[in-house]
Amino acid sequence: MTQLATFTLADHLFGVEVSRVQEVLRYQPSTKVYLASPAIGGLMNLRGQVVTSVDLRRRLELEPRSDGSEPMNVVVRVDGEVLSLLVDAIGDVVTVSDDLFESPPETLSAKERELIVGAYKLEDRLLLALDIDRAVDVT
Amino acid sequence: MDGLEGMDEIVQEFLVESHENLDQLDRDLVALEREPGSRDLLSSIFRTIHTIKGTSGFLALTRLESVTHVGENLLSRLRDGELSMTPATTDALLQMVDVVRLLLSKIESEGGEGDVDISVAVAAVEACLNAGNAPAPAPAPAPAEPAAVQAPAEEPVAEEAPAPKRRAAAKRTTTPRKRAAKKPAEAVAVAAEEPQAQGAEQAPAPVAEPAAAPAPAPAPAAAKPAPVEHAPEPNTEPQARRTAADSTIRVDVDQLELLMNLVGELVLTRNQIVQRANADHDMELLRMTQRLNLVTSELQEGVMKTRMQPIDHVWSKLPRVVRDLSSMLGKQVSLEMYGKETELDRTLLEAIKDPLTHIVRNSVDHGVETPERRRAAGKPETGLLRLRAFHEGGRVVVEIVDDGAGIDPVKIGSKAVEKGVVTAAQLAALSEREVLNLIFKPGFSTAEKVTNVSGRGVGMDVVRTNIEKIGGTVDLTSVPGQGSTFRLTIPLTLAIVPALTVECCGERYAVPQISLLEVVSIDARRGTTAIETVSGAPVYRLRGRLLPLVDLADVLGLDKSRRDEGNVNIAVLQSDGRPFGLILDRVLNSEEIVVKPLSSRLKGIGVYSGATILGDGTVALILDVQALAAGTMRSEAAERAAQLEAQSAAVAEVERLLVAQVAGDRRVAIPLDMVTRLEEFPSEKVQHVGAREVVEYRGEILPLVRLSRHLGGYDEGTGERLPMIVSSRGGRSVALVVDRILDIVEEGVHSRSDVDDIGLLGSALIQEKVVELLDVRQAILAADPRFPIDPLPELSGAQAGFADDAFSFEGML
Repeated sequence: MTQLATFTLADHLFGVEVSRVQEVLRYQPSTKVYLASPAIGGLMNLRGQVVTSVDLRRRLELEPRSDGSEPMNVVVRVDGEVLSLLVDAIGDVVTVSDDLFESPPETLSAKERELIVGAYKLEDRLLLALDIDRAVDVT
Repeated sequence: MDGLEGMDEIVQEFLVESHENLDQLDRDLVALEREPGSRDLLSSIFRTIHTIKGTSGFLALTRLESVTHVGENLLSRLRDGELSMTPATTDALLQMVDVVRLLLSKIESEGGEGDVDISVAVAAVEACLNAGNAPAPAPAPAPAEPAAVQAPAEEPVAEEAPAPKRRAAAKRTTTPRKRAAKKPAEAVAVAAEEPQAQGAEQAPAPVAEPAAAPAPAPAPAAAKPAPVEHAPEPNTEPQARRTAADSTIRVDVDQLELLMNLVGELVLTRNQIVQRANADHDMELLRMTQRLNLVTSELQEGVMKTRMQPIDHVWSKLPRVVRDLSSMLGKQVSLEMYGKETELDRTLLEAIKDPLTHIVRNSVDHGVETPERRRAAGKPETGLLRLRAFHEGGRVVVEIVDDGAGIDPVKIGSKAVEKGVVTAAQLAALSEREVLNLIFKPGFSTAEKVTNVSGRGVGMDVVRTNIEKIGGTVDLTSVPGQGSTFRLTIPLTLAIVPALTVECCGERYAVPQISLLEVVSIDARRGTTAIETVSGAPVYRLRGRLLPLVDLADVLGLDKSRRDEGNVNIAVLQSDGRPFGLILDRVLNSEEIVVKPLSSRLKGIGVYSGATILGDGTVALILDVQALAAGTMRSEAAERAAQLEAQSAAVAEVERLLVAQVAGDRRVAIPLDMVTRLEEFPSEKVQHVGAREVVEYRGEILPLVRLSRHLGGYDEGTGERLPMIVSSRGGRSVALVVDRILDIVEEGVHSRSDVDDIGLLGSALIQEKVVELLDVRQAILAADPRFPIDPLPELSGAQAGFADDAFSFEGML
């Protein structure tokens, strides 16, 4: 059994291991980093700590967020560094049984398949398990 | 008590270190007994003793040295496997440690070794050493005889120097004593965990009564009184004052780092509260924030101090460097150091170590002359190298001054050209100081012959790179024949830096103030015209000097539609010893910012050196001035602008010049705004009034100056028609006669200022030809002394450029 914190991007449901998630936050104003990779969302002030955010929509090469909607933050720890993943909406923490796991479905885009470990077939929809380390590997 | 006050800092440090080492040693020795074969433990113990021995020898503490010396011998043989650990050796080693401890406390309390008796401990260790040499070492099969234990153990008390026979006896009893030895060892281990006083209590016991250490086990009751007996003396001491080991503690650097970060947070929160309080007009709140402000500042200072170390840590090895180097080079150099106690953040200290050493080596190698040369130059044979460190405006300045031959700018210049560091034309335009600072350019090495001292390819450019990496600057001045001065300016700390917050296209950034020279605010109406372009690169005339510009919006690709059109500000920054301007919309504030490291994901971008949180809680990026400058200078157009800028030291105005030919093949340039008309007169119309030549011109008498003659050439202008440049002002006119009008050029002038020929301001490269810049003022006054040439408000040409330059140049550096 694996516990995943879920969130949505476009109409996909993604999940990351609960143990990797430090916290989730509503939209935070952030400072744009010019010249950085487009997947870098910006820098935000998390209780005095400067946290770099990764815009998962851009990272997964999904269509940009429609104007007006503000991304939520899934704050994760990667190699001792705190990073934030910008997502559309935060979902529940779900417990999935490992026998529901299968390799990334072919229907996904190449980029999506590159950044997910695999998928869990839930009753009503597919839960894509994000490979955090790869997802934040933006330079 | 006086002993402590008068105690040398080195001794003090030695004591602290040794006390710590001894505690470790006790633990190691005890552990060693449990696993006698452990090479790790043996090596660790050996190192400790070796260190104490080395330092004590250095400090001329002979007793300490000799006792540790024998200990070291024994340990080295144990370590090398020549001897194996036996309880006897453990005893001997512990005994030695106790003596060392006693000696140390004597040194601490009395400032000297006193009359501590070391012979017993030395004898015990030597016994073990000799035992190793004996054919039948180690556990003799002596049966456990409690009676026998006590006897040999007590006998040494009677005889200070045990005879060989006694040693043999001791050897025989090793087995039973094994058990015995465990006890004191443990006791010592416990002592090590506990406050110093208790450790000291036990220490003297074995020394005064050598038998006491081995004795306790068989006669525990007897052992007890021994320490008690000796307790009073050492016991009162620690109460009187803290020992060296107690008054300082070693703290993990990470712990300090954490504190520093927290203080950083506090500073930020304070900034936010202060901002809010100022807006609220609540007097009570304001008072409280002022107090908070004060306390925070003091706390920040205090925490920063914990990371500070005197520069002496780096300097202390320089006397040796200077001594070795000067004797190798056959020079005599005396090194003087002032401001040893000046403190710097330890990370910075580490960072300046190599650059500083390099400069000092360089000064000894290239700066100070040989005794013969010095004598010939009328100087004392011994050269003087003076290091000075002091605080100045929130930074630390380190000066390295030598009284050597100084550096000849001409030599540097020709070397730089030869090495391709600059072109001859670029060189011509550089000031002496700029020429000197060429030695910091990559690919430059002044050593006439490459010595194995300073001329190793990695040169002064590395020095500058390393200093600039930590936000510092390095500058060189020199007076030929009298010496050179290197001046390093280093920030106190990297964690909290004064910075300027700026805005450009709606984005806010922080610029560290260490690289900031000044801010130029341009009037909105002039905004668009004040910034000119030379070959596509923007430049600004700052006091007659061309400042290459970098538009922050261009560098970062900011959204120019959000540009604040009403404002243009130029932050004049310095990188690589050269100023450049950064175009911004607005300067917001000057504040202390806490530097936060950037995520590794963003480091590759290069133009940001970190991030910070501003007073309102938003994150702002800190601009990396060096990178901005480097990135911009790389572009070809900017390269030209930079070149122009370098040459602008003399004239380098983007201006329109009239170029004419005189005296055969000489070319002279005259600012076009001094030219009213160009005329030609038949040569026969020239008449003479006294010594002057005049022509009649529009009903006036127009005085002439033949430029060829004026400039000291022959007058070949004897053609039928004389081309003239007429300059009129205030109803008066003069005509400058030339051979031929050549061209009107509009571009930067590549000039040199040091040509001091008559009637000229200098010479310049225009369209790749050497053109002499006419001193128009002088020429005109030669023709008409009453020509209203002063004041020169509209004379924005070469002269104005010249007049301003010396000033603006000084102002910039």
